Amino acid sequence: MIPSTELPPSADLAGKEPVFHIHGVTKIYRMGDVEVHALRGVDLDLYAGEFVVVLGPSGSGKSTLLNILGGLDVPTAGEVHYLDHQLTGAGDAALTRFRREHVGFVFQFYNLIPSLTALENVALVTEIADHPMDPAEALRMVDLGERLHHFPSQLSGGEQQRVAIARAVAKRPDILLCDEPTGALDYPTGKLVLEVLERINRELGTIAVVITHNAAIAGMAGRVIRVGSGRIVEITRNERRISPSELSW
Amino acid sequence: MTALHHKLFRDLSRMTGQMVAITAVLACGIATYVTMRASYDSLLFARSEYYSEYRFADVFAHVKRAPEALARSIAEIPGVAAVQTRIVTDVTLDVPGLEEPATARLVSIPARRVPLLNDLFLRQGRYIEADRRDEIVISEAFAAANQLKTGDSVDAVVNGKWERLRVAGIGLSPEYLYEVKPGEIFPDNRRFGVLWISRETLEAAFDMKESFNDLALTLSQGASELEVIERLDHLLEPYGGLGAYGRSDQISYRFIADELTELRTMGLILPTIFLAIVAFLLHVVMSRLVATERSQIAVLKAFGYGRLDIAGHYLKFGLLAALPGSVLGIAGGLWLGSLFTGVYARYFHFPVLRLQPNSYLLLSAVAVGAGAACIGALSAARRAVALAPAEAMRPESPEQFRAGVLEHSGLMTWIAPATRMIVRNLSRRPWKALATALGIALAVSILVVGRYTIDSVNYLVDLQFRVMQREDLTIAFQEPRPEHARYELAQLPGVLQVETFREVPARLRFGHRSRKTSILGTTPEDTLRPLLDRSLTRIEVPGEGIVLNSRLGEILGAPPGSQIQIEVLEGARPVRVVTVAGWVDQPIGLGTYMRAGALHRMMREAGTISGAHLKVDPRRAARLYSLLKRTPSISAVAVKEVALASFWKSYGDTIWISTTMLVGFASVIAFGIVYNGLRIALSERGHELASLRVLGYTRAEIGRILLGEQGLLLVLAIPFGLALGYALSFLTSHALARDLIRLPLVIGPVSYTYAGGIVVAAGLLSGLVVIQRLAHMDLTEVLKSRE
Ligand SMILES: Nc1ncnc2c1ncn2[C@@H]1O[C@H](COP(=O)(O)OP(=O)(O)OP(=O)(O)O)[C@@H](O)[C@H]1O
Ligand SMILES: [Mg+2]
Repeated sequence: MIPSTELPPSADLAGKEPVFHIHGVTKIYRMGDVEVHALRGVDLDLYAGEFVVVLGPSGSGKSTLLNILGGLDVPTAGEVHYLDHQLTGAGDAALTRFRREHVGFVFQFYNLIPSLTALENVALVTEIADHPMDPAEALRMVDLGERLHHFPSQLSGGEQQRVAIARAVAKRPDILLCDEPTGALDYPTGKLVLEVLERINRELGTIAVVITHNAAIAGMAGRVIRVGSGRIVEITRNERRISPSELSW
Repeated sequence: MTALHHKLFRDLSRMTGQMVAITAVLACGIATYVTMRASYDSLLFARSEYYSEYRFADVFAHVKRAPEALARSIAEIPGVAAVQTRIVTDVTLDVPGLEEPATARLVSIPARRVPLLNDLFLRQGRYIEADRRDEIVISEAFAAANQLKTGDSVDAVVNGKWERLRVAGIGLSPEYLYEVKPGEIFPDNRRFGVLWISRETLEAAFDMKESFNDLALTLSQGASELEVIERLDHLLEPYGGLGAYGRSDQISYRFIADELTELRTMGLILPTIFLAIVAFLLHVVMSRLVATERSQIAVLKAFGYGRLDIAGHYLKFGLLAALPGSVLGIAGGLWLGSLFTGVYARYFHFPVLRLQPNSYLLLSAVAVGAGAACIGALSAARRAVALAPAEAMRPESPEQFRAGVLEHSGLMTWIAPATRMIVRNLSRRPWKALATALGIALAVSILVVGRYTIDSVNYLVDLQFRVMQREDLTIAFQEPRPEHARYELAQLPGVLQVETFREVPARLRFGHRSRKTSILGTTPEDTLRPLLDRSLTRIEVPGEGIVLNSRLGEILGAPPGSQIQIEVLEGARPVRVVTVAGWVDQPIGLGTYMRAGALHRMMREAGTISGAHLKVDPRRAARLYSLLKRTPSISAVAVKEVALASFWKSYGDTIWISTTMLVGFASVIAFGIVYNGLRIALSERGHELASLRVLGYTRAEIGRILLGEQGLLLVLAIPFGLALGYALSFLTSHALARDLIRLPLVIGPVSYTYAGGIVVAAGLLSGLVVIQRLAHMDLTEVLKSRE
């Protein structure tokens, strides 16, 4: 399926304009008297076409960061820019439009609509997008061309996750946000899903941000972001990216 | 069709049972709305057409005898548009094939047809011919009840002379829209009818040349009815005027107006209750739906579906549940409405009475159904819109349990774990438990109200015909007769007992309020018509005082102890001020009572009587009847058993149709609420129950937990519902109280049992359905789901 085992080297980012630019982002959850600092002043730039893996212990703020990037949540303080749009302070309608036009999500628990077939789950998103793919074609991209009319309950976990990926990419988003996409999958299925993500990133030029607990996955990223206690602890660049089929854990 | 619509329809079809329940309740609500509104509109339309086309009068008056010349003075009263004088009199009639004598109201019409007030609509045959003095037009209801056709004849005693009258035509008049014998409430078309006959014939027969004894007039625009009546009374007084009155005291008008008010009231209250229940059911179902679809809603939002899309999705859900209900309800309502108008046509005699639903009503029915659905879906839709997308991705945190009073009291340790779960579940969400219990109680209460009407009418009829009226036969004289007439009556064949009575027409005045009524003389010795109140206690009228029916007391605003003015409208027409000695609570009529002695003293008469109640030997009744038919001095004969039978004949169906509708619909509500409560409980507890099954609990045990919770609510709700039903019946009895009839608040034990029984049956049946679902519960499937 993937001809070369050698991935294109991560581009040199110096001097490029970032697509996402976030600065000083803080997120505080208030639960009664207790304040939970999920993010404590995060600065981050994301560039066109890059593949980023986010690592970090449980509760470190990864999902929170991803949700803020995708306009699902708003920071308590700080700024989020997407190209020349300012996302902080934007209202619900503006965030909804941003998500509709630019973002694709893949969740740990797939979150397919159980009453819709695979094809309809994808169509759910393409119907409201500007330049979508044909839903069937999106499903063929993830090797589910034969399963178009199956309901989620008739698919395995890995197949459901691939439907979720097809759903996320079918609208040709600018950024693909994946929160532990392999968390609920076994080893070979997880690899299959990662291969799909990598191919989408490469063929469509979509920025991919993948959260994982699995440090081995970091090998396929261009950049690896380590999060700890609500802060970005370290950002590393992989000089050589490993193809998902070669990953092992 | 978009993917979201696919989701909508699949979700709907997954919840078929609950949707059917909601649709059924909604259909009932819309059906009551359409039935009552359409009947109301049709009656109102038919009435206004009839009244204007056939010139129904505004003011009516009866006099003993007045010269025709007076008509000119009356026409000159400011505000009077047109005047019509007439001769109207009641006579006994011998109808072929009818054993008992019938009563006919003879109404004079001009020998040549001209437009009249209260004009005739000719259904069949023709108008009387000028030179045929024995020709009559008879009322359609009377003709139908006695199978009289044009060309047939009837025999009447017209002022002592035996006359054979020929039926030239069959007709109707707005004045007799509701054709009932004076002083009675329920029509008996076999034994009472209106006969229109030429004025000359009546003038000759009653020696009324150039005179009249009845008149009707219309008012010009903006005229004051009260002023006209006052002047009219003044003009008529020297001629024995019985007091003029407006439409609101005209018996036909009164009945149709009361019926219209009742239809409008019930057409508002019933649908409101039903649709509130629909909204409640939808609210529960959809709140649950949104709770289970939290993560799906979050996904939709994550992918850019906006607030409107989400709100629209769930509102559409409610609307789709409502649409079939509205359509069914409209169809059912039109059908029931045609039944209703069919029944109305039996005692409201219109030229045409058809169910005429206008498109506005049908549109409003759809709108009302949609409105109820939207109200029901609104809070769920709002919750869906408000769900933070990031939030919804997280699994729902375990529900909060706290140790309550029961726990601290140590009672819990005495209760089995399964029961403990039930008690905790209920006490954890007391509002929800309360709402469900309230819904069940509401269903019980509507059933009670439905049954109340049946019980009440049964009781009333029994009270009226068996306890209050113990005679077999009542006779009314044309003119008051001396006391010794009782001996003539006692001589008649088959008469076992004679009890005479004196009844005097009078106008009662208190402050600025007045009312025309008649005062009945009573004695403590009365056995056939004892003066009883609602609780069957015998009422003694003291000394010279007067006792008012409490409804009349309320109308006049004259409490016991107050001084009211009596203007007698007969004989020497004395005017007296008397003390209201008390009120008597009676369900029928607006009676007024004095001691016979005091009444005679007021009238300055010795032992005069207006009529008599008789006990009759049934074996000799036939002879008695045929004699009475030929007795000229008698204007009316009422046979009690016959009246009772005719009441059931005319009212049995009406009561049956309306109460069956109510009771049927309340049963649907009961099922809807109970079944839905169980399904929601199953959805909420499904996961927990499946876990218990995995832990080794049997199906029966988890069934007990699930059904126990709803069963407990049901058992708690029923007594509350019965009490609520009593309260609602109380309100209904007040809302439907009329001057002529007030349904007493009587609800028998059978009705309470019935109401409770239906709800228990609904519970058991729903329980069976849910047990069925439990049996088919796929454990792995339930446990796999995230929820
Ligand atoms: N809605 C919320 N209310 C309160 N606290 C929250 C909420 N969402 C997240 N948190 C808290 O914020 C912190 C960061 O949460 P977040 O979900 O971002 O962690 P994570 O890195 O994704 O963890 P995991 O790897 O377990 O998914 C945690 O301490 C979490 O408890
Ligand atoms: Mg997370």
